[in-house]
Amino acid sequence: MLTDIERRELDDALKHYPDKRAGAIDALLIVQRRRGWISDDSLLDIAQFLGMTGDDVDSIATFYNLIFRKPVGRHVAFLCDSISCWIMGYEQVCAQIKKSYEIDLGQTTRDGRLTCLPIACLGHCERAPALMIDQDVYGDVTPEKVESIVEKYK
Amino acid sequence: MERPLTQYIHPDGSPRLLREYVKDGGYRSLQILAAGMAPQDLQRLVAEAGLRGRGGAGFPTASKWSFVPMGSDAPKPKYIVANADEMEPGTFKDRVLLEGEPHGLVESMIIAGYALEAEVGFIFLRGEYHLSAARLTQAIAEAYAEGYLGKPLPGTAFRFDLHLHASAGRYICGEETALLNALEGKRAIPRAKPPYPQTVGLWGQPTIVQNVETLYNLPHIVNHGSAWYQSLSRSKDGGTKIYGISGRVTHPGWWELPLGTTARELLEQHAGGMVNGVSFRGLLPGGASTAFLTEEHLDLPMDFSSIPSQVGRLGTGTMIVLDDHTCPVGFVLSLEKFFARESCGWCTPCREGLPWVARILESFEEGRATHDDLALLDMHADLLGPGYTFCALAPGAMAPLQSALKYFRDDFVRHITLGRCPVNSKQKRHKVLV
Repeated sequence: MLTDIERRELDDALKHYPDKRAGAIDALLIVQRRRGWISDDSLLDIAQFLGMTGDDVDSIATFYNLIFRKPVGRHVAFLCDSISCWIMGYEQVCAQIKKSYEIDLGQTTRDGRLTCLPIACLGHCERAPALMIDQDVYGDVTPEKVESIVEKYK
Repeated sequence: MERPLTQYIHPDGSPRLLREYVKDGGYRSLQILAAGMAPQDLQRLVAEAGLRGRGGAGFPTASKWSFVPMGSDAPKPKYIVANADEMEPGTFKDRVLLEGEPHGLVESMIIAGYALEAEVGFIFLRGEYHLSAARLTQAIAEAYAEGYLGKPLPGTAFRFDLHLHASAGRYICGEETALLNALEGKRAIPRAKPPYPQTVGLWGQPTIVQNVETLYNLPHIVNHGSAWYQSLSRSKDGGTKIYGISGRVTHPGWWELPLGTTARELLEQHAGGMVNGVSFRGLLPGGASTAFLTEEHLDLPMDFSSIPSQVGRLGTGTMIVLDDHTCPVGFVLSLEKFFARESCGWCTPCREGLPWVARILESFEEGRATHDDLALLDMHADLLGPGYTFCALAPGAMAPLQSALKYFRDDFVRHITLGRCPVNSKQKRHKVLV
C-alpha cells in the first residue's frame, strides 16, 4: 500500500502530465527514494496507482540503471567504468574497493552499509576516475583515497 | 565578448543566482523579442547566425526548426525539450553549463518556445547530474517568481511553462525519439523516423528536442545579432564551441573557444600536451561514437565542415586522448563494453552484434584471438554501420572500432602473434593497497 505521504508526493509530481502513466519513471524514483529499492510489493503499489499492470511497470523499472529491483545498502556507490575513467585508473580503484570492502561489483557489504555498482560515464571526465556515492561525485579518485571517501558514509 | 556562454561561471563552482544573471544581461533577450520580433524573424536570425546543433550531429538548428508547423492552424500544444541527457563517454560540456549557469537554459528555452510558438518546455536531465538538478530547480523557481515563466512576455500573448524531468539512467535516452519515450514514462526504445519529432513528437505533438549547448547560444544571438555571432568563429558556421579534453594530458579540462579551433591548439596550448613519459597516438574528437583522428589530422579545424566525412566527424567536441602506454585494443574494448551494455535491445544487429564484438575484443586482450577474429571485427564494422540498425547507437559504436582497425591494425595483429596484450604490463600506475 502506498502511504498518504507517498500518494501526495506522487500526485504533486505527476500533475503536469496529460496522463498519469507518463509519470511511471518519476513514480518509481519517488518511491525508491523513500523505500530504498523497488520490491515486487512496491512495484504493484505503483502499478495500482498508475492504472497499469505489474508487468508493464516492471518492464519500465528494469530498463533503467538507477532503479533498483534488488535490495541495496544504505549507500550506493557508482563507479564509472567508461573510457576516460578506464584510461586514468578505473581498474585500480575498482580493485581497491573490492579489497577494502570485500564485495564484488553488484554486491552489498555484510553490514548493509554500501552497495557498489558500475555506471556509465558520469560526465566528470576531466577529473577521471570518477566515483559517485549517493548524490556526491568525487573526481581524481585513486586507490589511496577510496577509504577516506567511503568512510564518510555510515 | 569572446566567451558568451561561460564567461560568468564562477571558477570556484558556487551557484549563479538570478540577480547576478540579470545584472549581467540575463533575460534581456526577452525584451528584444517582445519589442516586435516575430517568430519567423527569430527563426531567420538563427539561420543567418549559422547555429548548428552541438549534441553531436551538427545539424543546422534553423533547418531543424523549419519542419515545425507554424501559425494558427498548427497543432497545439507544441513542446520544446532540452536534451540534457549528456552521457556520451568523454563528454562533460553540458554539465559545465547546467551547473555553472542554469538560468541560461531557462532563458534559452523561452526563446526557442517563442520562435516555434511552443508554450511548454521540458528539461530531460540525466538522473546522475544531481547538482545540475538542484541548480535548475532553483533557477526555474526564481524564474517563475519573477514572471519570466508562467506569465505572458510583457506586450505579447506568449507565455512559457517549464518542467524539469530527472531521468533514471540509460545512454539511449540521449537519442531524441528514445528520450521522448522515456519522457512519456515508457522504455526508452527509439522510434521509427519519419515521422520526425518536429511533426509527431511528445504525445504526438510537434516537438523540438535540442541539445543544451545549442540552446545556450540563443540569448546571445538575439542580443548581439548574426554578424557578431559569425565573427566569433573561424568557421563558416557561427559561434564558439565548448571543447574539452580528457586522458593523459597535462591539463584535462574544458575551454570555450572559437568554433574551428584546431585539435593541435587544444591539445598543445590548452591541455598542455601529453604528461611526462607518454606520447600521443590518437584521439576521439567528440565522445565515444566518433572515429579516431591521428597526428596527421591535428591541424584540421574542429568544426562541422572541415573534417572529411571519410575521416570522421566532430561529434560533441570533448576529446578523449589515446597515449602510447594505453592499449588501443583495450581502449576500444572499454568503448564496446559500454555500447553493448547500453543497447536498448530492440533490434537484432545491435543487441546481438555489440556483445559479440565486445567478447571478440576481450579474447584479443586475453591473448586468445585469431586472424579469423580480426576478420569478424572487420565484418561487424561494416554490418553494424548506418542503414542496418534501428538507430545510430551501433553505427556510432563502430566508428572508433573501424578507425582503430585502420590506424592501429598492427596492435591487433601483435595481440594475435604474441598471444597477449603487449601493453598491459605498463597499465598499472597505482598500487592496490592491501
